[in-house]
Amino acid sequence: MTDSVIMLRRNAKHVARNPTTVFNAVIFPVVIMLMFVYVLGDAFDVGENYVDYATPGIMLLAICYGLSGTSTAVSSDMTKGIINRFKVMDVSRGAVLTGHVTTTIATNLIAVAAVVGTAFALGFRSSGGFLDWLGVLGLVLLTSFATAWLTVALGLAAKTVEAAGIATVPLIMLPFFSSAIVPADKMGPGIKQFAEYQPFTPIIETLRGLLDGTPQTGDAIAAVAWCAGIALVGYLWATATFKKRA
Amino acid sequence: MTTPAIEVSGLRKAFGDKVVLEGIDLTVAAGTVFSLLGPNGAGKTTTVNVLTTLIRPDGGTVRVAGHDLAAEPKAVRAAIGVTGQFAAVDELLTGQENLQLMVELNRAAHGKQLIAGLLERFELEEPAQKLVATYSGGQRRKLDLAMTLVGNPRIIFLDEPTTGLDPRSRRTMWTIIRELLAEGVTIFLTTQYLEEADQLADRIAVLDQGRLVAQGTPDELKRQIPGGHVRLRFTGPGDLEAAARLLTGGVRDDETLTLRVPGDGGTESLRILLNQLHDNAIHTEDVTVHTPDLDDVFLALTGRPNVEEVAK
Repeated sequence: MTDSVIMLRRNAKHVARNPTTVFNAVIFPVVIMLMFVYVLGDAFDVGENYVDYATPGIMLLAICYGLSGTSTAVSSDMTKGIINRFKVMDVSRGAVLTGHVTTTIATNLIAVAAVVGTAFALGFRSSGGFLDWLGVLGLVLLTSFATAWLTVALGLAAKTVEAAGIATVPLIMLPFFSSAIVPADKMGPGIKQFAEYQPFTPIIETLRGLLDGTPQTGDAIAAVAWCAGIALVGYLWATATFKKRA
Repeated sequence: MTTPAIEVSGLRKAFGDKVVLEGIDLTVAAGTVFSLLGPNGAGKTTTVNVLTTLIRPDGGTVRVAGHDLAAEPKAVRAAIGVTGQFAAVDELLTGQENLQLMVELNRAAHGKQLIAGLLERFELEEPAQKLVATYSGGQRRKLDLAMTLVGNPRIIFLDEPTTGLDPRSRRTMWTIIRELLAEGVTIFLTTQYLEEADQLADRIAVLDQGRLVAQGTPDELKRQIPGGHVRLRFTGPGDLEAAARLLTGGVRDDETLTLRVPGDGGTESLRILLNQLHDNAIHTEDVTVHTPDLDDVFLALTGRPNVEEVAK
């Protein structure tokens, strides 16, 4: 067994044993789905069946909600003595961090699957073919990978576990200021431009296109570029911070 | 002569403007307990962090287990184990799972027997299946040390292993440290408790504000300060007067009716002293023996009382 696999199993136990993490990461996105589609959905006029409109956005929201657990878990490792033990034991330095990243991705996949399952139960219909769905899976994985590295960096940079939890709030709020819930052109001035140009909008639009079976190349390129950029910044920031902190 | 377990020469470390270690030299013979003694903020933890490869020194050379710290950190890490001041345990795993994690990361053979043996030795069988978050301070420290032992280290660093523990847990920890020593393990122990260093250490170095102010065996350190004395208190001035004439070299204090006589407080010399008084019909109210302890050493070396001891 490699160090990374050992660390992944350790982190997976942490997630499974922490009811707050399970609730935030998996149950809350499903609750949001029910709230917006089942409770409020009929009030939104988006030009199509609301569940079809909202599903891609809530898939992204599910990824973001899984992140707060990651930053606090990373911070908790760093602020308690255990990280020094791993360092002195010569556990591969990457393994500690990749353990957190892979755990986050696994949690995110479960949450997205739960959201999609709920969507189908609420009448969601997809015109996407097998390749489109493969594209959906790929983009979900890529987004999860990128935001997980950024979150690991936030967790490492935070001085306390509490600060680490707060650091992910912007990431959790960001989907609401995108085309996730309603189209950007229905928002007020300022917010509208922000929503159009922020990274989550092209990701959501790409997911939406793929699920409709009508993917747009422009959105897809922007989405992949944003993910690659976020992943790179997150990775470099995380590894640099990890080295600096004794 | 075998290679020393730890050799440190001219070790310096500063954090920004704050100089924490100002040229530390020390040698720890293999198979002994070396205690670094000092108050909070003296630089004990920094020393441990440097010697265990966690932080880089600014200057000086360090060899641990025969390996140069800067050139072969991996070889150093393979030989050592560390139990820090804050228990390095995983709170969201059970005690058993914490040990299992160490077995996996160490690729240790016969993991099951090893874990069962450690749980028994550290009296952790009963809470083994409970999450460590529910453990007492003493149980955490024991689990922490048990986790360190999974890697079978030849040199163990214990950074204030008993700080904050109740007296019973402290005794248990001391017993375990003595057992490890009997197995041939070298122990580098930091402590702010003078009694602990006295009880366990073969050699003690006193660290104060980043400098070693004294080094030696506990007895050597005690000899560095004026010897012990016996304090005799009398019922009246007549007895004091008679005793002072009999025991020349004593320091008398008429106000408290006491006489301070130099002496090591051994039973034989004490018996002779008391017999002398008895034979001369001098009555003593009480007798107290004062051997120099490490508190006296600390005071004599630094000109200040040990802060923690005063606060305790």
